[in-house]
Amino acid sequence: MSEQTPKFKVTIDNITVEVAPGTTILNAARMIGGDVTPPAMCYYSKLEGSGGKCRTCLVEVSKGSEKDPRPMPKLVASCRTTVMDGMEVKNITSDKVLDARKGVVEMLLVNHPLDCPVCDQAGECHLQDLSYEHGASTTRYEFDRRTFEKEDLGDYISLHMTRCILCYRCVYTAEQLTQKREHGVLDRGDHAAISTLLGKSLDNEFIGNVIDVCPVGALTDKTFRFKNRVWFTKPVDAHCDCKTCGGKARLWMRGDEVFRVTARKDQWGEVEEWICNDCRFHKKSAKDWVIEGPSKISRHSVISQGHYVGVKKQPVLIDKVIGKDPKMLLDIHSVSDVNRPEVELSKIAGPAHSDDFKNTGK
Amino acid sequence: MKLLLEHAHVEGIRYYDTYRKNGGYRSVEKAFKMTPDEIVEEVKKSGLRGRGGAGFPTGMKWSFLAKPEGVPRHLVCNADESEPGTFKDRYLMEFLPHLLIEGLIVSSFALGSHATYIYIRGEYAWIVDILEQAIGEAKNNGWLGKNILNSGFDCEIYVQRGGGAYICGEETALIESLEGKRGNPRIKPPFPAIQGVWMRPTVVNNVETLAAVVPIINNGGEEYAKIGVGRSTGTKLLSVCGNVKKPGIYEIDMTQTVEEFIFSDEYCGGIANGKRLKACIPGGSSVPILPANLLLKTAKGEARYMNYESLSDGGFATGSMMGSGGFIVMDEDQCVVRHTMTLARFYNHESCGQCSPCREGTGWMYKILKNIEYGKGKLSDIDLLWDIQRKIEGNTICPLGDAAAWPVAAAIRHFRDEFEWHVNNPDEAQNRNFGLAHYADPIHIPAGA
Repeated sequence: MSEQTPKFKVTIDNITVEVAPGTTILNAARMIGGDVTPPAMCYYSKLEGSGGKCRTCLVEVSKGSEKDPRPMPKLVASCRTTVMDGMEVKNITSDKVLDARKGVVEMLLVNHPLDCPVCDQAGECHLQDLSYEHGASTTRYEFDRRTFEKEDLGDYISLHMTRCILCYRCVYTAEQLTQKREHGVLDRGDHAAISTLLGKSLDNEFIGNVIDVCPVGALTDKTFRFKNRVWFTKPVDAHCDCKTCGGKARLWMRGDEVFRVTARKDQWGEVEEWICNDCRFHKKSAKDWVIEGPSKISRHSVISQGHYVGVKKQPVLIDKVIGKDPKMLLDIHSVSDVNRPEVELSKIAGPAHSDDFKNTGK
Repeated sequence: MKLLLEHAHVEGIRYYDTYRKNGGYRSVEKAFKMTPDEIVEEVKKSGLRGRGGAGFPTGMKWSFLAKPEGVPRHLVCNADESEPGTFKDRYLMEFLPHLLIEGLIVSSFALGSHATYIYIRGEYAWIVDILEQAIGEAKNNGWLGKNILNSGFDCEIYVQRGGGAYICGEETALIESLEGKRGNPRIKPPFPAIQGVWMRPTVVNNVETLAAVVPIINNGGEEYAKIGVGRSTGTKLLSVCGNVKKPGIYEIDMTQTVEEFIFSDEYCGGIANGKRLKACIPGGSSVPILPANLLLKTAKGEARYMNYESLSDGGFATGSMMGSGGFIVMDEDQCVVRHTMTLARFYNHESCGQCSPCREGTGWMYKILKNIEYGKGKLSDIDLLWDIQRKIEGNTICPLGDAAAWPVAAAIRHFRDEFEWHVNNPDEAQNRNFGLAHYADPIHIPAGA
C-alpha cells in the first residue's frame, strides 16, 4: 500500500470535495463540475503561470481554513488561490461574486467589437458563453471602442487585435511550447496589444496552438477563415502518424471535406494534446487521417445542434395500430370504395404505380 | 524635529567627506557590532512603518523574510517614486545620497543581502549620477565591497534605472522590471519575502524607510519610538504642493494638527494669494480627497492630526490616508471635476493592462469624466462612474486598481453637487474652469457662482 497523502476538505457552494494539497479552488470546483465551477477566460491548466488576469473566476472565501477561520477580505481569483483544509468558498451563492463577475464581463466587453456575425470564433467563443451566462444584455459604454492597425502574422494565423481580451494565453503557449517566442504584449493599459516586434511572422512548428488557446476570435486559422460556420461542420476525432506531434486531432468536416483541423479539447475547452502546424494547416484531406468517430461536444454548445447527447429517446407509444405499420395511421382503404383495399399501400416500395394495382384482384 | 533632514542644508553634504564629518556612517559602525537579528529587533521596537504608502510595519516585513540555506537574499530599494504629488525621495537622494546608502548598508547587513539594488525611476536620470558617485565614494572608503569593516560581510549596491512606468513602483512589478521583464505585477502569494527577485527571498522598501533605519540604529529603536504619537512613530517627510504659500519638503514628527501644518508659518504658511482652503489630498494622488471641513476636523468634531491613524479616522466615508506623504492642497478656485479627470487620465495611462477591470475601467472612467468636464455629461454618468469604480476596487491583481478607484469615489462622495453643477451648467463650467467654492471654510458662495 502506498502512503496515504493527506487530503484537504474544501466546501464550494455547500458542496464538499476532498482534494490534494496545492490544488487551486478552480480545479477543486471543476472536480465538482456544473454551475459551481467559476468561468475562466485566462487560466489554462496546461500553461504554467497562466491565470489571475481576467478576474472572471473571482470567488468569495467565507472561511479561510480550519486553523484560521477568518474570511478573506477581498474576492480572490480562484484559479490562483490554493485550497486550505476546511476552506469554505462561495461562488454562485454569493451576491458579491455575481455582482463582481457581471462587472468583469462588462469590462471585458467594453472594448470588444462584438462582431460575432463575421467572427470565425462565433459558436465556440468563451467570451460569448461568458457574456451569455453572466453578462447584461445591454452595455452602458457609449464611446468609441479602441482599434488597432492590422498586423500580419504570416500565412497561417490571422490576428484581430480588436477582439483580444489580453488573457496572455498565447504568450505563455509560445513561451512554453516553442524554443523562441516571437510575439508578446506591447504597450500597456487599454492600448496594450499582442504583437511581434517589427512585424515578424510566427513560424514555429507548434505555434498554431495559439489559435486553440485563444478564448476569443483574436487569433484565427487563416486556412479556415470565412470558409464555414463551426456549427455547420461536424467534428470528428481522428489521428495520423505524425512524427512531430502525437497526431491526435479533431477534424471539422462537411461531407467528405475537411474544413479545419484543431486539437482535441476537453469539457473546459482546453486542449488535450498539442498538435503541430503540419497536421493543422496542411492535412486538409480525409485521406490523411484515420477517423475514429464523432467527437463528444457538450450538448449546451451550438456545435452539437441536432445531435444531443444524453437525451432520452422517447418510447414509441403506438407500436402497432390496427394491425398496420404505424407510419400509415390512417387506413384509407377502409373508407374508400374506389381503391383496391386488398392492396396494402404500405407494402409497396417507392411511389405507387398503376402496375401495382393491375395484376391483383378482380 | 529633524532626523533625516538634520544636515540637509550643510554645504557639500552630498559628498562623502562632509557627510562623514557630520556624523555619517556612525550607524554602520554601530550595526556591525550587533547581530543581524538584533538590528531587526531594533527596527521592530522603533515601530517604523513603511513610508511608501501602505504603512506596513517595516520590522515585521523584515522578519517575514524567508531564510533558506544556500539561497541568496536581496534587499531592493524602491526609488520609483511616481505618485503624483510625491517628491520626498527625490529630495533625499539628491541632497543626502549617503544617508540612503548608509541605511542600505545597515539594512543589507540585517537582512543578509550581498547584492542590494536601488530601482530608480527613469526620469530621475541626474540622481542616478549622484547615487553612482556616492556609491563610488562609499566603496573607496571601505563601506562597500568585500569584508566591510573587517566584519566579513560583503555588500554591493547597484543602481537600476526604470523605464518610467508608474506601475513599476508596485513591489512585484518592480521585481519583474528589475529582472528585465515587462513590469507586470505578480499575483500574490507568493510574496516577495518568499520569492522575489530571481525567485529569491527579497525585501522591497521605500527610500525614506531605509533612510530612517539610520537614526533608529544611531539612537536606538525605543528612542525613535518616543517620537510621534501612538503607532505613528518617528518622523515623516511630506512633500507639499498646490496652492500653499510655501510648497516643499517638510519633516514632521506627526504631532501637528492638519490646521497647524497648513496655516502655520513654520510649515506651509497658509493658502497662497489670500484664497481659502477648499480641499486637500493628504497622501499622494491615490488616496481619497477630503473637503476642508473634513480635513481639519474628523467626523466626530475632533481636530485631525498629521499621522497615520488620525488621517484615516472615519474610514473612507469621512477620512483619507497618510499614503506616501504627497500633500496636495487646493484652494477655492480649483475644480474637483477637472482634477479628478486629470487623475483618471493618469491612471488610464499607467494601468499595466494585465487584469481586465483596471485595464478597461480606468479608460472608461476617464472618458466619462472628460465628458462631464467638457460639458457633455449626463446626470446618470455620475452614478455610472460610481458603479465602475466599485467594480474596479478590490477586484484587481495589484493596488493600482484601488488607487484609480479611490480618488474618483472620494470626489463623488464629497463633491457630488459639483459634478451635478458641471452637468447642469456646461457653458458656465467651461468658462469659469473652476468648480463650486462653497466647500471652502467658512461657507460662502462667491458672486457669480
